[in-house]
Amino acid sequence: MTDVAQPLRLEVDDLLEMQRRMIRVRLFDEAVKRFAKRGEIAGSAHLSLGQEAEVVGACYALRDDDWMTGNHRSHGHPIGKGSPLGPLMAEIFGKRTGVCKGKGGSMHLADFRVGSLGESGVVGSAVPIATGAAFTAKVLGTDQVSLCFFGDGGANQGVLHESMNLASIWKLPVIYLCENNHYAVTTPASEATSVANIADRAVAYSMPGVTVEDGQDVLAVHRAVDDAVEHARAGGGPSLVEVKTYRYSEHSEGLRHAGVYRPDDEHAYWLSRDPIVRFRGVLSQEHDVDGETLDALEAEVKAEVDEAVKFARDSEFPEPAEAYEDLYSTRVVTPAPTA
Amino acid sequence: MTTMTYLSAIGQAQLEAMEEDERVVVLGEDIRSNLYGTAPGFVEKFGRERVWDTPISEEGFAGLGAGAAMTGLRPIVDLTYASFMYMAMDQFVNQVAKNRYMFGGQATIPIVYRASMFYGSSMAAHHSDRPYPMFMNVPGLTILAPATPYDARGLLKSAVRMDDPVVIFEDATLWFAKQDLPDEPYDVPIGVANVVREGDDVTLVAISGSVPHAVKACEQLAEEGIAVELIDPRTLVPMDTEAILASVRRTGRLVIADPAHRTCGAAAEISAVVAEEAFDALRGPIRRVTTPDIQIPYSPALEKGLYPTPERIAAALRQSVGAVGAGTSA
Ligand SMILES: Cc1ncc(C[n+]2csc(CCOP(=O)(O)OP(=O)(O)O)c2C)c(N)n1
Ligand SMILES: [Mg+2]
Repeated sequence: MTDVAQPLRLEVDDLLEMQRRMIRVRLFDEAVKRFAKRGEIAGSAHLSLGQEAEVVGACYALRDDDWMTGNHRSHGHPIGKGSPLGPLMAEIFGKRTGVCKGKGGSMHLADFRVGSLGESGVVGSAVPIATGAAFTAKVLGTDQVSLCFFGDGGANQGVLHESMNLASIWKLPVIYLCENNHYAVTTPASEATSVANIADRAVAYSMPGVTVEDGQDVLAVHRAVDDAVEHARAGGGPSLVEVKTYRYSEHSEGLRHAGVYRPDDEHAYWLSRDPIVRFRGVLSQEHDVDGETLDALEAEVKAEVDEAVKFARDSEFPEPAEAYEDLYSTRVVTPAPTA
Repeated sequence: MTTMTYLSAIGQAQLEAMEEDERVVVLGEDIRSNLYGTAPGFVEKFGRERVWDTPISEEGFAGLGAGAAMTGLRPIVDLTYASFMYMAMDQFVNQVAKNRYMFGGQATIPIVYRASMFYGSSMAAHHSDRPYPMFMNVPGLTILAPATPYDARGLLKSAVRMDDPVVIFEDATLWFAKQDLPDEPYDVPIGVANVVREGDDVTLVAISGSVPHAVKACEQLAEEGIAVELIDPRTLVPMDTEAILASVRRTGRLVIADPAHRTCGAAAEISAVVAEEAFDALRGPIRRVTTPDIQIPYSPALEKGLYPTPERIAAALRQSVGAVGAGTSA
């Protein structure tokens, strides 16, 4: 699937919105990178810089009422699905106004209002959650679908295989979306995987398997996922879509490790195919969008991210006692007198 | 009134729950054929869309159930043997127990997991686990351990109605225990202990399959002139510690009978709570009657003596009230 022809259903407004969301992911994560470096953000942060096309191309194939789960590298996923930036950023800053009230942080963003059912820091662990959401759609007879993001590393978790088998035998409307950025921390996918393309594994589960070789092309990703979504909505069951992409940053911010695992020229090669730069070209050359419009769009997103950062920094930290809330719906945990 | 076994009481609760709420679905291995006897006629009554046979993929379907619960269903997931829960440990610990909290209360996860503790039947170490203490150590789960048909039915009904994940440990040694149960549906409240028997001399807390053995021990002690107060917590999380503390404050003595392993077990937790909060009331050491920290062997000759028995519980009670010399009761 390297066909870059524009899917028929997309209007120019959609294309601009996709570009807007890609820039949101980019500038959001660049801000996270800055504040992580300054020590204003605690814990770890895994960035999607370089992967904006697959994030947005996939999410944009969904409706607002569709579901989605992510993994540790998932700032972009709720953004791709249209979640407002302020509460996402505030969550990463550990603030009470965060989308998870400061309980989840960078690896566990969730915004149920846009169908983002949360992200799992444990690799592969959210896969059956997304599969279960598709099960709900099947049992209740709605036409919602569920999109499940995981990496090339996550592709080797057993629970993914159990889930794909379940989804296949029950024809569940779920799209397994493998973000193949070629590495799991420092381990090359080629050394850790039994097949040339992860999508080849779809054969074992009798579902369509598609590899998007050019995952830096937002329209190519969108077309592949859109096909899978249509297949799922029509009752055809699950699909496996693999997207080849690249992360520009290290595995996580501030992670230091000895040894080289990526060839020197690799980064430059992928930078030369930057998804946002390329799509700007497509918009101006193939769709006559003028430079002014595109500049204005970038400026708007920059202001939006600045605003989100300001909201996050200005927000209050939660009170320590709030640690005891939200475990159960029916009761607040009371600490033992000697705890 | 209808006489029901522990198993048929569970089946009755599932039936009522399915009838009362269309969002309730049951899933697990060999459910449609009613292999374990808790889903009689369910496929005919409710259709295959609400009664699901899963492949042998415990991690997958435990998690699938959680995802379904987060998006509008109220699944009952039958894990059959409690020993198989370990296959799904990641889902229980990392998703089911954490998702509501991690996402700041956005997730509501109304799901019930049922698991049968199939011990005492020469099934050896892979089928004889009583793993509730491991799960008690995971904040976010509600954990039930019914010891009678009445409680098995009523607690399951409450569990299905609850908006949080519940794990029910059923005791296979009780499967065929019989009791007259009301014809009308009823609930047993979660978090409320049952005072099975009143007495002033010593408090005996018994869990799950130990309860009937404890009743026998109480009868023996009564003949010896010792009045035992027997408490069945029924809910392990949240534990009705007030009921236990109130009793110990009155009797000054505590024995706990718990069929799980000894170290960090439910009995250990109850001991710690009482030692912390009612130390001044204690007139002697707390005594635990548990399964020792040994794996479960196959041969009946080896397995039989390992779990709390009426004799072991009675001996611990006598030690507690000073009717015999001190000693340990492991
Ligand atoms: C079960 C589990 N094992 C190991 C880890 C540590 N870990 C975190 S991310 C990661 C690599 C994941 O690689 P991949 O799935 O390709 O995602 P990527 O980081 O490349 O986006 C590892 C090994 C983990 N979080 N969970
Ligand atoms: Mg990877």
